[in-house]
Amino acid sequence: MAERRGPCGIGGFGPAGSTGGARAGSSLATGAEPEARARSFGGPANSRWLRLGAMEELDGEPTVTLIPGVNSSKKQMCFDWGPGEMLVCETSFNKKEKSETVPGCPVIYIIRKDVDVYSQILRKLFNESHGIFVGLQRIEEELTGKSRKAHHFIFCRLVRVSKNYRSVIRACMEEMHQVAIAAKDPACSRQFSSQVSILSAMELIWNLCEILFIEVAPAGPLLLHLLDWVRLHVCEVDNLLADVLGSENPRKHESFWKLVTILVLQGRLDEARQMLSKEADSSPTSAGMCRILGDLMRTMPVLSPGTTQTLTELELKWQHWHEECERHLQDGTFASSPHLESLCKIMLGDEAALLEQKELLNNWYHFLVTRLLYSHPTVKPIDLHFYAQSSLDLFLGGESSPEPLDNILMAAFEFDIHQVIKECSIALSNWWFVAHLTDLLDHCKLLQSHNLYFGSNMREFLLLEYASGLFAHHSLWQLGVDYFDYCPELGRVSLELHIERIPLSTEQKALKVLRICEQRQMTEQVRSICKILAMKAVRNNRLGSALSWSIRAKDAAFATLVSDRFLRDYCERGCFSDLDLIDNLGPAMMLSDRLTFLGKYREFHRLYGEKRFVDAASLLLSLMTSQIAPRSFWMTLLTDALPLLEQKQVIFSAEQTYELMRCLEDLTSGRPVHGEPDAQRLQDDDIETTKVEMLRLALARNLARAIIKEGSLEGS
Amino acid sequence: MEEIYAKFVSQKISKTRWRPVPAGSLQTAETFATGSWDNEENRVSLWSIGDFGNLDSDGGFEGDHQLLCDIKHHGDVMDLQFFDQERIVAASSTGSVTLFLHHPNNQTLSVGQQWTAAHYHTSPGSLSCRSAPCTGVVCSNPEIVTVGEDGRINLFRADHKEAVRTIDNADSSTLHAVTFLRTPEILTVNSIGQLKIWDFRQQGNEPSQILSLTGDRVPLHCVDRHPNQQHVVATGGQDGMLSIWDVRQGTMPVSLLKAHEAEMWEVHFHPSNPDHLFTCSEDGSLWHWDASTDAPEKSSLFHEGGRSSIFLFHSISNQANVHQSVISSWLSTDPAKDRIEITSLLPNRTLSVNSLDVLGPCLVCGTDAEAIYVTRQLFS
Repeated sequence: MAERRGPCGIGGFGPAGSTGGARAGSSLATGAEPEARARSFGGPANSRWLRLGAMEELDGEPTVTLIPGVNSSKKQMCFDWGPGEMLVCETSFNKKEKSETVPGCPVIYIIRKDVDVYSQILRKLFNESHGIFVGLQRIEEELTGKSRKAHHFIFCRLVRVSKNYRSVIRACMEEMHQVAIAAKDPACSRQFSSQVSILSAMELIWNLCEILFIEVAPAGPLLLHLLDWVRLHVCEVDNLLADVLGSENPRKHESFWKLVTILVLQGRLDEARQMLSKEADSSPTSAGMCRILGDLMRTMPVLSPGTTQTLTELELKWQHWHEECERHLQDGTFASSPHLESLCKIMLGDEAALLEQKELLNNWYHFLVTRLLYSHPTVKPIDLHFYAQSSLDLFLGGESSPEPLDNILMAAFEFDIHQVIKECSIALSNWWFVAHLTDLLDHCKLLQSHNLYFGSNMREFLLLEYASGLFAHHSLWQLGVDYFDYCPELGRVSLELHIERIPLSTEQKALKVLRICEQRQMTEQVRSICKILAMKAVRNNRLGSALSWSIRAKDAAFATLVSDRFLRDYCERGCFSDLDLIDNLGPAMMLSDRLTFLGKYREFHRLYGEKRFVDAASLLLSLMTSQIAPRSFWMTLLTDALPLLEQKQVIFSAEQTYELMRCLEDLTSGRPVHGEPDAQRLQDDDIETTKVEMLRLALARNLARAIIKEGSLEGS
Repeated sequence: MEEIYAKFVSQKISKTRWRPVPAGSLQTAETFATGSWDNEENRVSLWSIGDFGNLDSDGGFEGDHQLLCDIKHHGDVMDLQFFDQERIVAASSTGSVTLFLHHPNNQTLSVGQQWTAAHYHTSPGSLSCRSAPCTGVVCSNPEIVTVGEDGRINLFRADHKEAVRTIDNADSSTLHAVTFLRTPEILTVNSIGQLKIWDFRQQGNEPSQILSLTGDRVPLHCVDRHPNQQHVVATGGQDGMLSIWDVRQGTMPVSLLKAHEAEMWEVHFHPSNPDHLFTCSEDGSLWHWDASTDAPEKSSLFHEGGRSSIFLFHSISNQANVHQSVISSWLSTDPAKDRIEITSLLPNRTLSVNSLDVLGPCLVCGTDAEAIYVTRQLFS
């Protein structure tokens, strides 16, 4: 069976797709076993959770994933869920139940859910954010002992973590942008550009969530944060500013008024004033008007952080300033200059004047913030959604319907965190964003334990989903481990499920996997990994390695098997291999009887080699009498005793000789009687009989000598 | 604390190596090679930390390392060594050993010489061979020595197509690393805690000496020899212990230092300042060990990010038979001098730090979190 992997080709099963994963599945799998859905590993792979409140309806039409090369109208398909992937293949059944068996397509398709995991650039995002994620989980651990300032400490850390996540997104976005520019292939370039816009949207959403949910900015500072937010994301103005200022005569630059307007729209009044002063310097007719508008800009009351100014004071001052602007407009101060007049209207928060600048505002949330700046600078968080909704309606003006991004931002302005996460899950093509954002918000204690009707809570569900995606990847699986670690309910079982599927290509990789399992006391997995490696080693004829692995796994049965191989090799070749290991077994020898025997038998050979015959002899005998030696090996042991029996001095005592004789008789008497002896067996039997005869003779002679020796010693 | 630059490179880094600077030159390190592992497509890459046309002196480009060139590598890069200025030897998990050539004029890499199936398993009862990962390589121009999971030692010469010498079944377990001791002698470490010395002048398949840790047979993963005192050897084990050996005497390590919490993947003496030693580990840490005696106010405290904790340190007393005129600071067993200052170089624990290399004031290391860290001010 060929395997066809499609990192980008067969993609499209993003979170959006799996919203209706069950349905997409069944449309793919006409006639396939219906249980396939139910078996989809305890729920997480099945994304029905998105129907949090209203269980009746789907949130969107599930996308249909077309698999190139598969003709589902002709052939029936079958599929099976994997932890992060799905296998699809054609069955040999035809749709029209004709029994002609056409040879099926010999291909199994692997459909991957999280295609973004395979992007080279996004890999940096995953790796870098992994470190931030782990740091965030450890905040509580670090906290012990700092209970007094704990609350503030955690708050600062959470904000910092959020900013770190954002800076990683930005770095990734910038790199993606560079690549998009450098790409020669236009299709490729488009693909990267679309990734850039996705990343940029992610950062925009995250930033807003940071302001509203994490920093929880109160009225006053809230607007300052929102202004920063808009300035950060509508950044074409900086290029324009450099362009205009760089020209010979900035005032004559075609975009001069455009620039000033944008600066005012973004509340960058100091810069706008400087531009106006350039205009005033060169055109004496409008100098007066420019100065007045400049003064209005300068005197606009703003909240300066760090002062003791109260909101009421600010509101009073602001009201006063607003009236002054109004008066100038009514007096027709700027009547002779349409540009200046329109600027003044903007500064009055005039909706019509603002909407005229739709082009420059780019989007409704810029409109919202500018509108708030010039009409409700002390807007309360709770009123935000009201202004947001009306801004969206005004800006779109019924011409177009809101896009997914608009819905997400709107949900954020409504402080509906669950809706934000839900919309993001549907709209974005990876789990990274929702998993990390939800985790962070959960650390801010913002998600009430929102238990799903299966599995665990939402945070854990999203983390599991993201980590499963990582595990499906050839090399990002190591990152997934830490995510599973911080899923208290199902993380452990998921890890156990996934870790067993990591291919162990080299011992080094196996050691890394082993370390992961050992650190988490996953004894079952440790045993299985060691066993796999031991088995591999046996197949490769590396008995020493095999033995080491079975010792590490404390696998007695396998140690016995390997020891038997060693002994068999010894019988065949007459010498031991892998002495460096067998001689250094130490206490590990006790793992299995056979291994003990192997170690002891080798020790006998060493003693014999060192000519310590008495020790060797008693060791040899004890191997048989203690029943450690397998019976099949006794003949070899007895044969090993022969040279000792034939030594000049008496080595086996009379008693020991009796023992040996008993062993020999046990062995020969227990032998089964063969029915129809063939030639080969006859010959074997012949050798055996000779051996036994020789042994009997040697034993008898030794017994005689021993009795004489012992008798004479006792006599003396 | 030194400034350390990180760069994420979208591949898990298994090895990092500085390109040697020409002997006698005053140049500092500026090029290093990396190898990746566990990717669908692995690469050997060359990076430069040199300034690129003096990109702004105060900008962010200064510390960043830039990719010079890279080339596909079949299988995981298990080990990587510079053969000379222009040539790099890579050991592959597919059992092959490749000599890459670097062409500085057009910044490309090409395959110069390849020994496929340098390491392989023979299956019992059949003649077919299965490739075995080559785990370690060491070069001393013109010789290249490789070791592998198959327990085999190969001696290659850059200009020979075939192995000059092969020791089959040199080890019953996996050989993890190899280094030169003296010219015809090499030293290997294996997965049952043994250190074996091999002399290529001797025929036969037996090591000339075996040294081992007692008892537990803890696998050894890395080995490095003291650059000046060739009898002093440091090894790192699976339990994260650092062992210092004197290969002239005894069969046991001179001292055992409790170090990392997981496998120690690499240990390196500083080539020109050997009182300094560097280790990295699976637990995601990178340590700088300073045993120099001239450092004022030494304490055996362990510094990590401002916090310090008592460092556990014990040595196996073996001093009875140490009589030398020059005693290496690593072999010293005088309790008063038994003080080694240890600094953790990476700010945050990440995934495994697989490899490190030091040259002059520069250090480079690579991690499973797909980041390469470089610092150029080790001793500042």
